[in-house]
Amino acid sequence: MHIEKDLVAAAATPLVLGILAEGESYGYAILKRVTDMSGGRLQWTDGMLYPLLHRLERLGYVSSAWGSSDTGRRRKHYAITPTGREVLVERQAQWAVVAAALQQVWHSVQTPPAVAEGWA
Amino acid sequence: MTTHTELEVQIDQWRAYVRRHRAISTADVDEMEDHLRERVADLVATGLDDQEAFLVAVRRMGSLDAVSREFASEHSDRLWKQLVLVPDQADDARRSWRELAVVLALALGAGATVRIGLGILDEDVMTRTVGLLVLPFLGAYLAWKRQLTARVLGVLAVPYAVLALVLALYPFGSAGTTLVLAAVHAPVALWALVGVAYVGGRWRSDAHRMDFARFTGELAVYLTLLALGGAVLVGLTAGVVDLAGMDIEPAIENWILPFAVPGALVVAAWLVEAKQDVVENIAPVLTRVFTPLTLVMLLVLLAVLTTAGGLVDADRGLLILMDAILVLVLGLLLYSVSARDPLARPGLFDGLLLALLGAALAVDAVALTAMLTRIAEFGFSANKVAALGLNVLLLVHLVGAAVLLLAFLRGRRPFDALSRWQTRFLPVYAVWAAVVVVVFPPVFGFE
Repeated sequence: MHIEKDLVAAAATPLVLGILAEGESYGYAILKRVTDMSGGRLQWTDGMLYPLLHRLERLGYVSSAWGSSDTGRRRKHYAITPTGREVLVERQAQWAVVAAALQQVWHSVQTPPAVAEGWA
Repeated sequence: MTTHTELEVQIDQWRAYVRRHRAISTADVDEMEDHLRERVADLVATGLDDQEAFLVAVRRMGSLDAVSREFASEHSDRLWKQLVLVPDQADDARRSWRELAVVLALALGAGATVRIGLGILDEDVMTRTVGLLVLPFLGAYLAWKRQLTARVLGVLAVPYAVLALVLALYPFGSAGTTLVLAAVHAPVALWALVGVAYVGGRWRSDAHRMDFARFTGELAVYLTLLALGGAVLVGLTAGVVDLAGMDIEPAIENWILPFAVPGALVVAAWLVEAKQDVVENIAPVLTRVFTPLTLVMLLVLLAVLTTAGGLVDADRGLLILMDAILVLVLGLLLYSVSARDPLARPGLFDGLLLALLGAALAVDAVALTAMLTRIAEFGFSANKVAALGLNVLLLVHLVGAAVLLLAFLRGRRPFDALSRWQTRFLPVYAVWAAVVVVVFPPVFGFE
């Protein structure tokens, strides 16, 4: 299933913040977590994660520190900040509203399958 | 690990490719490389070979142009090359702080030397020795930076000592012309010594001499900018202090300028060294702007000189002006050459340069004929010989450059021949300056 670019972009910030709320992490692990959680259906261009992380850092939602991986490579770790947690709560509320509204929309547009096939 | 050599090579190439995007910093590349390697490792674990895994991982990284655009919108400042005088990394930082300390100490030392000189030397002596007092500090910075060997330092010390002895001990007549000539020419000879320090003693190398020419141009630009900034600060301070009913002028004259001007020279040299690979060089840019304008100026001068029907007051003032014009043309030529890709094909700008050279030579020829008749009438003086000698040197230099440039435009000689001619001629000026300082005073009786 292909998910529209704008939708992926809108979901990116709360997803990343949510994953970091579980604990400190780094780029590749964050992406893997997103893939796991969406069953592989939510796909990002890998490279785009980093400008996003930098933006979140500039806004003060996450902090970063250079550490090293098990094999001794330089690796940048990100952690959520208190501001980030506040933003996450806020986003959660916003998405709840959107999801609830959508839920009602889905309910009201439940049309007989026969008609839908007729359109196709 | 041998099986992964190819992968390592590919990752290196990928890094180099990513680095070409200016909005992506080295740290970002490190971060993305870590990502790439993790992805490759995971893919290899699922049964792909290195080659396949690398290709898939790079593909998943996405279009680097798009990623770079994202980085650019997040870090727009990065598109302006950043000048890092003191980097964050611990090792580099310590070295940079030490360099800053050395620079500031030398700048203060230069200022203090001039201040003391003003206090104990009389004005005549001070005028002719100011270069001797200040330039060793600049030389010391370069010597420290280049870690000059004792041998090179010795080579530098001998001519310096000779110049110092000559300037200090010659019985110059007060306000005589040979004194003024020596005072004007000594800095040129000293500057050549700075050049030897700059190139770390390898002054025979054309490429190094060209580097020193670039350094000189950038230094002049930086000094001008520092002077402008300094003038604004001093002006504002003076304005406020003046309102408070105090006179700041003695402080400016006796303390601020003696410290600020020599200090600025050392600091400017440090800035040029530090920003070398950060900012585009500015002197060649100015050259591009002023070459056409200078050509127009020379054509106007040529028209004026030829239609005026003989120069009424053809005195040494004219000769000095001509020298100044030729030096300007030479500067334009030198910096055009310094910034040109030697392998590029002849272009419009090269033609423009040739026109500039032609116009300059024509103007000089007209002025020189007028002067020679006057000199024949009134005989030689130290001033005239000095101005004429410089004029001849400049003529030889520019004619040679014009011939080589023409040959290049016609595809007969490589551009490199012109740039080698340029840099090889430079030491001649230093030798001439030394001759004016050392030989002229006794020949013309210290008048």
